[in-house]
Amino acid sequence: MTKHVLIADDEPNIVISLEFLMKREGHRVSVARDGDAALEAIRRERPDLVLLDVMMPGKSGFEVCQAVRGDEALAGVKILMLSAKGRDTDLAKGSALGADAYMTKPFSTRELADKVREMLGPAA
Amino acid sequence: MNFDRRELAAALAPGVVLALAAIAGGALLAATLEPADRAALAAMFEPRIALLLLGWLLLSAALGALTRLAYLRWVAAAARLAEQAHVLLATDVQRAIEPEGSVETRALAAVINQLAQQRSALRADIDAQVLEASRGVEQERNRLAALMAELTQSVVVCNLDGRILLYNSRARTQFRSLSSAPTLADGAELIGLGRSIYAVFDRALVAHALESVQQRLQRGAAHPSAQFVTSTRAGQLLRVQMAPVRATESAAGEAHALNGFVLMLENITRDFADESERDRLLHTLSEGSRASLGNLQAAVEMLDYEDVDAAARERFHGVIRDEVRTMSRRIQDLASHTAQTMKTRWPLEDMLGADLVAAACRRIEAQLDCRASAAEVDPALWLKVDSFSLLQALLYLAGRLVDEHGIKLLQLRLVKADARARLDLAWSGPSMSTETVIGWETDPMRIGTETLALTVRDIVERHDGAFWFERERVRHESFFRLLLPLAGAGEQLDAAQFVRSESRPEVYDFDLFRPSEQARELADRRLAELAYTVFDTETTGLEPSAGDEIIQIGATRIVAGKLRREDCFEQLVDPQRDIPAASIPIHGIRPEMVAGAPTIDRVLPAFYAFAQDTVLVAHNAAFDMRFLQLKEASTGVAFDQPVLDTLLLSAVVHPQQDSHRLEAIAERLGVPVLGRHTALGDAMVTAEVFLKLVPLLAAQGIHTLGQAREAAQRTYFARVSY
Repeated sequence: MTKHVLIADDEPNIVISLEFLMKREGHRVSVARDGDAALEAIRRERPDLVLLDVMMPGKSGFEVCQAVRGDEALAGVKILMLSAKGRDTDLAKGSALGADAYMTKPFSTRELADKVREMLGPAA
Repeated sequence: MNFDRRELAAALAPGVVLALAAIAGGALLAATLEPADRAALAAMFEPRIALLLLGWLLLSAALGALTRLAYLRWVAAAARLAEQAHVLLATDVQRAIEPEGSVETRALAAVINQLAQQRSALRADIDAQVLEASRGVEQERNRLAALMAELTQSVVVCNLDGRILLYNSRARTQFRSLSSAPTLADGAELIGLGRSIYAVFDRALVAHALESVQQRLQRGAAHPSAQFVTSTRAGQLLRVQMAPVRATESAAGEAHALNGFVLMLENITRDFADESERDRLLHTLSEGSRASLGNLQAAVEMLDYEDVDAAARERFHGVIRDEVRTMSRRIQDLASHTAQTMKTRWPLEDMLGADLVAAACRRIEAQLDCRASAAEVDPALWLKVDSFSLLQALLYLAGRLVDEHGIKLLQLRLVKADARARLDLAWSGPSMSTETVIGWETDPMRIGTETLALTVRDIVERHDGAFWFERERVRHESFFRLLLPLAGAGEQLDAAQFVRSESRPEVYDFDLFRPSEQARELADRRLAELAYTVFDTETTGLEPSAGDEIIQIGATRIVAGKLRREDCFEQLVDPQRDIPAASIPIHGIRPEMVAGAPTIDRVLPAFYAFAQDTVLVAHNAAFDMRFLQLKEASTGVAFDQPVLDTLLLSAVVHPQQDSHRLEAIAERLGVPVLGRHTALGDAMVTAEVFLKLVPLLAAQGIHTLGQAREAAQRTYFARVSY
């Protein structure tokens, strides 16, 4: 069964790679270019997992994450936050707001793929 | 018992005198008689000689008793009095002389007693004065010692009201650069004896620093000083270190009593500009490059897959080219473009977490209609924070909770979470949505009626921390959570060397400051103790309403009864009109002298700042005040402090004199007149005249500002009604 992964990032240069990677992993992929579009797409499409960039125009990744976790109907959506902010306070904030995982840029795509597999694994 | 020879002599004297008189009389009589008569007389007396002797004895005894009494009453009592007075004179005994003897002697004794009393009162008075004076000398020496020790820094000493009591020349230079009108008042409106430090620093900021000093004192910290950084109105960044000045009478109960503080100032504008620029570069390099590197790494790693088709391969190559370009550009930007304004990171100070929580609770309860308590606080947690801005942030958040959501009870929690402290502002009750409160982070903070330029986010970023809003559905509790940095080991060590002894550094061991007289109404303050700004203006003419303008203002200050010549204000003003040629000989100001001078709307605010918190004094003040008042509307500066007029005061003191021109009064009072008819020269003369008038007014029972104004008013009315 294919999983649905939403990539929420405003930088096309990472979206190209992430899209390719996720498709290669066999997932269905959709893309949102900013925070508001991401939240809308999550509500509409109920993806299994969101690759959520922290710094986006409109709503930030933190705000999207908090909004998703505040909505009982979206409890099944897994969130992996990606950020160029590498400070431990950002990590703490991400996990406090309900992110399932947090990766700091630059990251190894192999580790990312592993992490996504692990997060989607048990339910598959 | 004492045997008084003179008393015996006094008693025997009448007998001797009588005997001598009888013998001499007998001998005289015998010498004049014929021998036959002499024999007949002898025959007549001889049988009765015993009777005669008996008569003499009785008479001598009676008279002797009388003279003895007289001796005792008039001579012996006076001698005893003299003796006792000698004792009083030679020693310091405090006893009254017992009056005895005649009425006159008694009166004399009473007078001597009074003199003795007067003498001991005078002695006590002198002793007190000597004590006072030697303490004063001690103080001066210590103050000087403190200054000498700190000469490389700017030092300002203030009493608890924030009045400047002492400053060094470096502080003066520093304040000059802080003045928002440096060319006009030259910093003199900011620093000067008796001026308020709050003209430079926010009162709340100083109060906050004092509070933390006090907390440290109460804990017995070895170095109970506080540090804060503030930006001045002129945009300079100052690091200020505050050390307490403790009261000398350190009775057990008030061992921590403060009676003033020392501020050491350091202008760190330059340092921080540099540091923040370095920060910015570092930030751009790290965070900016992370994203690019992430994109690059991902694209490169995708290229490693064998199943990448040509189109996809080209796309990944495109990403790589693009990101390499981006990074090159960034490096170039960094190299060429170094000066850019950016939010400065402020230095953080070490603070015991529990103190911060306690201060926050106190402040919230004091300013908001709500209760605040510390729920769970790790007592050993030291934070590295800018406590002032952090407390403002907490107060702001609490304020919105109370005002907008009617929260009545707030709890503060502080626990350690990994390498950071977690500070929660929690409340229970109706849940509010994330959307409602999330904007609070980025709204400019409002506290009471004051809006600050900072946001909660700014403050959190300043602490390199994080801030978010969370809800606990189960417990019906919501909270704002702040992650804050912990202090290093330094302060804990410092706190470990608690000094409980009474010893304290020598240089702070002075009794600087009298209790404040602030509470007293200005009108009840004594003329001799007030601070004055004595000023004079030169104008183009005598009719402000007909378009005459001020062309020069000069002023000096009187503080604590002394003219502070170095503390002066002198400024030419461009009147933006011609200067009548007829007036030039009077004031000596030619049109080319005022060309390029600031206009009145720039000068008056500077002068206002110079004259702040003082009583204005001028000669014929009504004239100068009229010029100032006409400018109120256009400059927005209203001189509403009390005004004294030396012309009217002179009329109070010397009502019989017909001239109260400044020269005439100066001559009358022996004030040398130098440099007249420049504004500053006249202000100086006026100030000296005023200082001479104060004791003359006191001789007429006019001691307070209120009394002086009343008396001046009476003469004024008297004069105009003629």
